[in-house]
Amino acid sequence: MRYEAPERVETAVSLLSGERGLARILAGGTDLLVQLKSGMVEPDLIVDIKKIPEMRRIGAENGGFRIGAAVPSAELSEHPGIRALWPGVVEAAGLIGSTQIQGRATIVGNLCNASPAADSVPAMIVAGAIATVAGPQGRRELPVEAIAAGPGQTSLAKGELVISIFLPGRPPRSGDAYLRFIPRTEMDIAVVGVGVSLTLGEDGLCTAARVALGAVAVRALLVDEAADALIGTAVDEAALERLAAAASAACRPIDDKRGTKEFRIKVAGVLARRAAETALERARRN
Amino acid sequence: MAGHHVSTTINGDAFEFVCEPDETLLDVLRDRLSLTGSKEGCGTGDCGACSVILDGRLVCSCLVLGAEAEGRTIATIEGMADGDRLHPLQRKFLEHAALQCGICTPGILVAAKALLEKHPDPSETEIRYWLAGNLCRCTGYDKIVRAVLDAAAEIREGRDAA
Amino acid sequence: MPRDDVTAETRQSFTKVGTRPLRPDGVDKVTGRARFGADMAAPGMLIGKVLRSPHAHARIRSIDTSKAEALPGVKAVVTRDDFANRTDELRDILVNVMAREKALYEGHAVAAVAAVSAAVARKALRLIEVDYELLPHVIDVEEAMRPDSVLLHDDMFTAGVDPVPDQPSNVAKRCEFGHGEVEKGFAEADIVIERSFRTEASHQGYIEPHACLASVGADGQGELWCCTQGHFMVRDTCAALLGMDVSRLRVIASEIGGGFGGKTTVFIEPVALTLSRKAGRPVKLVMTRDEVFRASGPTASTSVWVRIGVTKDGRITAGEAVLKYQGGAFAGSPVEPGAMTAFACYDLENVRAIGYDVVTNRPKQAAYRAPGAPMAAFAVESVVAELADRIGMDPIEFRLKNASREGTRSAYGPTFGPIGLVETLKAAKAHPHYSAPLGNNQGRGVASGFWFNFGGQTCVSLNINIDGTVGLAVGTPDIGGSRASMCLMAAEELGIEYDRVRVIVADTSSLGFNDVTDGSRVTFASGMATIQAARDAVKKLCARAARMWDIPEDAVVWEGGYAKPAGANAGDFQPLSLRDIAAAAAKTGGPIAGHWEFNAENAGPSFATHIVDAEVDPETGRTSILRYTVVQDAGKAVHPSYVEGQFQGGAAQGIGWALNEEYIYGADGKLQNPGFLDYRMPVASDLPMIDTVIVEVPNPGHPYGVRGVGETSIVPPLAAVANAVSAAAGVRLTSLPMSPPKILAALEAEKGAQAAE
Repeated sequence: MRYEAPERVETAVSLLSGERGLARILAGGTDLLVQLKSGMVEPDLIVDIKKIPEMRRIGAENGGFRIGAAVPSAELSEHPGIRALWPGVVEAAGLIGSTQIQGRATIVGNLCNASPAADSVPAMIVAGAIATVAGPQGRRELPVEAIAAGPGQTSLAKGELVISIFLPGRPPRSGDAYLRFIPRTEMDIAVVGVGVSLTLGEDGLCTAARVALGAVAVRALLVDEAADALIGTAVDEAALERLAAAASAACRPIDDKRGTKEFRIKVAGVLARRAAETALERARRN
Repeated sequence: MAGHHVSTTINGDAFEFVCEPDETLLDVLRDRLSLTGSKEGCGTGDCGACSVILDGRLVCSCLVLGAEAEGRTIATIEGMADGDRLHPLQRKFLEHAALQCGICTPGILVAAKALLEKHPDPSETEIRYWLAGNLCRCTGYDKIVRAVLDAAAEIREGRDAA
Repeated sequence: MPRDDVTAETRQSFTKVGTRPLRPDGVDKVTGRARFGADMAAPGMLIGKVLRSPHAHARIRSIDTSKAEALPGVKAVVTRDDFANRTDELRDILVNVMAREKALYEGHAVAAVAAVSAAVARKALRLIEVDYELLPHVIDVEEAMRPDSVLLHDDMFTAGVDPVPDQPSNVAKRCEFGHGEVEKGFAEADIVIERSFRTEASHQGYIEPHACLASVGADGQGELWCCTQGHFMVRDTCAALLGMDVSRLRVIASEIGGGFGGKTTVFIEPVALTLSRKAGRPVKLVMTRDEVFRASGPTASTSVWVRIGVTKDGRITAGEAVLKYQGGAFAGSPVEPGAMTAFACYDLENVRAIGYDVVTNRPKQAAYRAPGAPMAAFAVESVVAELADRIGMDPIEFRLKNASREGTRSAYGPTFGPIGLVETLKAAKAHPHYSAPLGNNQGRGVASGFWFNFGGQTCVSLNINIDGTVGLAVGTPDIGGSRASMCLMAAEELGIEYDRVRVIVADTSSLGFNDVTDGSRVTFASGMATIQAARDAVKKLCARAARMWDIPEDAVVWEGGYAKPAGANAGDFQPLSLRDIAAAAAKTGGPIAGHWEFNAENAGPSFATHIVDAEVDPETGRTSILRYTVVQDAGKAVHPSYVEGQFQGGAAQGIGWALNEEYIYGADGKLQNPGFLDYRMPVASDLPMIDTVIVEVPNPGHPYGVRGVGETSIVPPLAAVANAVSAAAGVRLTSLPMSPPKILAALEAEKGAQAAE
């Protein structure tokens, strides 16, 4: 096994695309090192991207923010601009593991690890986040929901890596929120996760909404039916009721050590409603 | 596997070591540098017994590669006391009987120190959530939380007096 | 004359005992200097790793280690062939340490290697070829008891049944306790409630994995450094398994990073010694967390049926329980103490508890804090709560009305001496927590619990140094601050300052045999031995003073840390301090030391009553623990801070067991959650402060009245939390852990039932 810590994106790409064996990218390492320890993966090459300056940066851009792939979650939580613009994304990223994990884990790592239960992914999806991918063919952009293909699988080609996430600016009277269910207060993997983002018109009616679910299918789901339940309404009791039903109906969960199908379906609805209530409150304040 | 030559700073001292690319920082600290105060309770970042501060950030050293330490600054439990003067947290842990077996203690102290450097006046709830990644199986956390609250108060008073 | 009698009248006033000095090992533990099991290294050391069965149940046809042995850097490989078979009482331990004919559970050791590095050792494990014949497996206790179940052992015929069955089964043993006529008692009852309960296996969850460093030389002498609750047990067991003389193996107990009963047996130690003997070099062997979960000893999972009858005015007329505990692949689940403790809190005329010890394809259980009692208390105290509710009586009043007290014939046989259950109940009732208001979706639970406590074989040595300081050597590993208690008791007896006493946990070559640190015995038994050793030293100090004064020995008394003439007739001499006498020791007969060795008896049982408030989210089934109070009898709290610590720690472990901790098995018989991520122990943010009330009803079996406190604290929480959750949710929960999916399913079922009515 080789360890490389290139200082330029292009070097990282050529290392990754040139490796004939198994290559893995090391950002925060909070998933990779666990996999190494258990013998789940035995890479021939590890490319540490933390020495690449553009991967370490958070920058303002077109009313939004660009977050480098090696920025740890703790830095997001400390960034007042992002906290104000996308509090749901920050709170989702802030739920990934302990304080110690926060010091290392990145949202791009969370995205590319492609766990169906990744906390930051539903929040990024509802934020309309865009991933910038670098590869042997140059750079391309795609919505974050297009990255995960299934548990542990991404749509990225050999030699490609996500170098940043762009969180767009948003209209006034917008709010987002992410909630997850875990049995303890901390340190668990989400049994269900729900991200909601919505925008209100001047009349207080919902003009746009996105709802995404985590841990209820092979990858995070963007649920249009759930969003439709909110759009055009005052996000009142009846709308929330329809939202919960649509969220539950969209679930395609499994029974596993973390929860049953029935539990996930039911709780997805409960959390969708609660997340929407928080997003609504935030939208009214903005 | 080719060994990596790494130069780093630990508790203010310059260190050089050679490690395998898949060796963790925790393995390096314990097995190569005889800094066994950081403990391995799980090796997967779930218990916090291996907590160290890496360039000012609290991390689990079991989830950092030794090779990543190149050019960085690391603080471990061994550097917490100033010679024979214990850090207020260390003293308060003793006074409050905040340890029983003591295996989680180094990690908790390092984590609590990181907390107080960031938030000098944490609430009980903030302490509990900050330390959620540090498992203790003996104490039920009660005396640990009290010791951190008390140490924080003492450190603040010391600063005010200065 | 110094007092000589072990059961001297209980002392009432103390100057040291009951204070809260800093622990003697404290600075080492807050600075990282303390050396735990994995913190030791030796020159030329090899790294050992164990190959474990990936199957829950399989016959081992053959093991081919040739490729592993040929790998450069591998210095020894061992399998079952390297351990002599045996048929005595150590057979199960031997087979658990290294599988023989069959792998009996996933994680069962089948081979081990020692190599120059961990990487080479791991590689070598992959080169060992094991030919398994897969067998069907059984995980569940009820399924394992069925006549048509898969059998683990062809030679297991249920003991305790007359006549002995002619067919083998997975039931190792049946036991029965009780007295009176149960059916007659139930006939007298106005209300009878019977229910079935389930608990899942939980793990002690110590943060330090098992670790050892073994070194056996060509001369057959061995040294072993390990984290254990009992290094004398480790020495005797390992010496027997390796065919060594006991005197040739020295075991040094490292600092121990938690045990809770789980480090009262051997797992890797005989393997490391065997590897070292074969390689001729020291071998370090440390379990991974995954191995700890799969291959050390969690506690039993259980199925318990309880029936209790009461009169309308709240008198229990009869209690009956059938307890089925699976303890993994070998006999020895803690069903017997479970059956004995089930009704120990109650003064019953008619009581019966029947227990079944069952084997399954799971790791062999090890002791876990009051082994067997929490699950039995969960069942009984749940029914007690329901009965109190049914007859409209306050649950503490109901317990007081039926509580065991001095003179009660216990449900397991003996008659209780002075005990503190009633005092804990009264203190709980008077506590502000008990009358605090509750909000929506909140409930309060109460439960009581009992543990026998243990004495056991104990040997200590106490040396008076030339400067008047004292070196105390005990043989019981310190798992929670016991060294501070030892120093306090020695200082109390000798009349010197606490910090003049220095205590160590001595190795096995330095003291006589000591039983394991278990049964909440250390502060009681090692403490009593310390007191007696101090008294032995005082006798000698008085004799030296007599020689210095040239008066008869019996004319000297020891008071407040000084030798004094017994009276005016003895002569007029300035009192001599311990330091004065120590300084003159070389001229008065040489070193001064006190010893005590005995088999401690009369460990007074301890009772506790817990109060807990819980809130249940009715939409998700998630429980929050809002407030918790432990009231427990300590007899005499030697170091109150560490007594409180034991109370709080037991409560926290019990909360985890009640709410989220469990061994989760797949259909393939493999453990699905062998890590702290999915074996969900409470984290700091899961718990509130845990209030404590120390009740002191002195134990007449100890000179200071001490009772063990370590284990009782985990007995009530399972039931207390279940009672609180049931009250909050409005539906009775009978299966642990009360994880959110289970609570939500119970709520939905209740809603369905109400709708149907």
